Amino acid sequence: MTGSQTTFRARLFARRATAGGFLLLCLLATALAIGVLAVLLVDMTREGIGRLSWDFINSFPSRKPEQAGIKAALFGTLWLMGLTAAFAVPIGIGAALYLEEYASRNWLNRIIQTNIANLAGVPSIVYGILGLALFVRTMSLGRSVLAGSLTMALLVLPIVIIASQEALRAVPSSLREAAYGVGASRWQVVFHQVLPAAMPGILTGIILALSRAIGEAAPLIMIGALAFVPFVPRSPMDGFTVLPIQIFNWASRPQAAFGKDAAAAIIVLLAVLLSMNAIAIILRNRFQSRSRG
Amino acid sequence: MMAEEREQAIQIGQHMAQLSELQGDTEGEPTFGEPVMEMDHLSVWYGGFQALRDITLPLPSRRVTAIIGPSGCGKSTLIRCLNRMNDLIPSFRVEGQVLFEGQDIYARGLDPVDVRRRIGMVFQKPNPFPKSIYENVAFGPRIIGYSGRLDDLVERALRRAALWDEVKDILRRNALTLSGGQQQRLCIARALAIEPEVILMDEPCSALDPVATLKIEDLMRELAESYAIIIVTHNMQQAARVADFTAVMMMAPDRAGQMVEFGRTRQIFTNPRDKRTEDYITGRFG
Amino acid sequence: MTVEAIEATGQGSRIKRARPLETRLRRGREAAIKAVLFLCAFISVVTTLAIIFTLLQETVGFFREVSIVEFLTGTKWTPQISPKHYGILPLLSGTLLVAAGGAIVALPAGLLTAIFLSEYASPWLRSIVKPVLEVLAGIPTVVFGFFALTFVSPQIVQRLFPGTQVFNAASAAIVVGIMIIPLVSSLSEDAMSAVPRSLREGAYALGSNRFEVSVKVVVPAALSGIVASFILAISRAVGETMIVALAAGATPNLTWNPLESVQTMTAYIVQVSLGDTPQGSIEFRTIFAVATALFVMTLAMNVVSQYLLHRFREIYE
Repeated sequence: MTGSQTTFRARLFARRATAGGFLLLCLLATALAIGVLAVLLVDMTREGIGRLSWDFINSFPSRKPEQAGIKAALFGTLWLMGLTAAFAVPIGIGAALYLEEYASRNWLNRIIQTNIANLAGVPSIVYGILGLALFVRTMSLGRSVLAGSLTMALLVLPIVIIASQEALRAVPSSLREAAYGVGASRWQVVFHQVLPAAMPGILTGIILALSRAIGEAAPLIMIGALAFVPFVPRSPMDGFTVLPIQIFNWASRPQAAFGKDAAAAIIVLLAVLLSMNAIAIILRNRFQSRSRG
Repeated sequence: MMAEEREQAIQIGQHMAQLSELQGDTEGEPTFGEPVMEMDHLSVWYGGFQALRDITLPLPSRRVTAIIGPSGCGKSTLIRCLNRMNDLIPSFRVEGQVLFEGQDIYARGLDPVDVRRRIGMVFQKPNPFPKSIYENVAFGPRIIGYSGRLDDLVERALRRAALWDEVKDILRRNALTLSGGQQQRLCIARALAIEPEVILMDEPCSALDPVATLKIEDLMRELAESYAIIIVTHNMQQAARVADFTAVMMMAPDRAGQMVEFGRTRQIFTNPRDKRTEDYITGRFG
Repeated sequence: MTVEAIEATGQGSRIKRARPLETRLRRGREAAIKAVLFLCAFISVVTTLAIIFTLLQETVGFFREVSIVEFLTGTKWTPQISPKHYGILPLLSGTLLVAAGGAIVALPAGLLTAIFLSEYASPWLRSIVKPVLEVLAGIPTVVFGFFALTFVSPQIVQRLFPGTQVFNAASAAIVVGIMIIPLVSSLSEDAMSAVPRSLREGAYALGSNRFEVSVKVVVPAALSGIVASFILAISRAVGETMIVALAAGATPNLTWNPLESVQTMTAYIVQVSLGDTPQGSIEFRTIFAVATALFVMTLAMNVVSQYLLHRFREIYE
């Protein structure tokens, strides 16, 4: 009996050792993600903080890195965001409403649903090629903000749809029943009761989609958004550039001074993204507290 | 065991006798008159599963009618056929007729929305909208396109639901802050606001405490002066307290629901004609 | 059939009954609304058809002039220099090299992080780590690319392997891996939380420790969900553009050595669009051919991943 007892103890020790080693591995993996984020943020700040100034924000790009600024890129980003949202939000919410509240379970609707899931995984550069062929060439919109925003709208549409669907699904069916019970038509139920109840989730999805759109460069490069744009767009048909493309352009240059410009622009971009996410969290909390009374 | 059940039945019978004296009818029996709704050989399927078989049931106006039976026998399905709520389930299929004021509400071309504006519903678990008390009551009239004075209408509905005094100063507060019993009365006010002829109640008190339950039972008797009240309940004592007429349902071996007996509540509980009714009331099963 | 209208009484607050015209108008409005919403949903189908049509149209034209065999098996890619070769294998190897490197970084790290969050971490710890991962997921790829070029390449790859050029597949691969860690982690964690508690409790009751429960019970139970997340992450790595455009290099290079400079399919597409290649020429058409290959690869991976997720959800929901 002593023999099996020692074997048991030895095995127990080995098991405990593996368990401890595994926990260590898990901690290291988790720390890796956190550590990399920290290093990245610190590095960007170190590189770019010196270049960050009001002049930097208010100047156009230039051949001299010390005089270059992100004014055109910033305004271009704002224009692009606004137009993209104008297209993607109504269409995305409309599609989600159809799929969740109206569609019966037939083959066509299942195809639509799978198709949306697949579109979410298509590389963004393919959307750029689509935009080039369809909006820039076939519809002759040229290299305009309009063409860019239509392309980006298609890119983020699956995100808006999927997030909105989830928000609509979370609305309890008792709410719908109550509205139907008072003699509301389907649209009245959806518009007056279901949609307001799902709003926090839908808004979060929209902000998520726009955050993704703000950071994209590849599709816009495809449709021809240039990097040396010494003006601010004044109409949807104007040419434009955006922050990520400006960053890409500066980052591709060998001169170290342009590297600092790139880092400074990155700080601005990250600041914009961070504030968007903060707004999303605030909005979500405000809506949730209101619906609880 | 059998002696206990006999005791129970006798108690209910005595209770009924007391009630009919209080009701003040000369013979002590509620009258029937013209039925406001009628189910005529109604059968219901969910896909391949038959939920109701050949239901024929007249429903009196300005009375309280209770539908009782063991759980799973199809009472909820039945009451939801009366305002076409089952239409929301995709696999739902119906044969037979449900007549409201002489017309079949399942007739081709008749919009369920129109049906639900004449026949209101209160659900098992109170489900007010996550909006203000005022908005809850005003929602129905608004979507119908009511253009009169909404404030008056809201007050009238809340008074009729015996809730006005408790909420008249907090109309703008969110409805979810009310207690369970108050929420249910709010749901009743919401149903009353569109002025239906019939009010359906699907186990309206099962989620409430006894005090709230009694308040709502009193309300039911009041409302029966102006509306036809149809309630589903699994609580036989409640049916005995509240209902003028009672319909008894049972589940057939193939799980389809059937109507077993219908009559005045007193007769059902003291002198049932069908043996299955007697078995159910004395607690032999279900 | 119709319901009679009751006129408003003298009290002025009775509700009128619906007239047949009102009902018909309402039905018409409801049908119109449903049609509009359907169109919104159908736009997604149109998008897919447009992508396929656009890619196919130019690719068919491309393959009229270039043999598909050369495209799929050729080892040189020089569409813009004479003599012109159109073999995609160098670009393909660049893409796969970066994706494989990224997978080596991200799959273990992501899975271990997911196990940690799902089986070990306290709610407090989870409330710190999850937002960090979300922030990481939200960082634009161009920022990651810049990070790869200015930090990972000089400070890590070149220090470990002196003599490496500044543009190399390794630095891009490492950063691509970091970029997809949140994807692996969150999807794997979702899969593991769908595993019912009773499975874990049964194992604990038999005397297993947390490691054994996680690795021998939970992970196998969630396996198809986890594998689905892996495939999705690799698909994302294959489609990644900005990191490789900035850090991996600009010359096609058929190699398995991650320390060399390579060009991926996506980086090639960007390079051509930034240049002066005339549209309609065969050089320009190459981007469609390459994009078609890219699309087919990622679509295949996504479909497999969706199928696995679907099967996984069927078991647990």
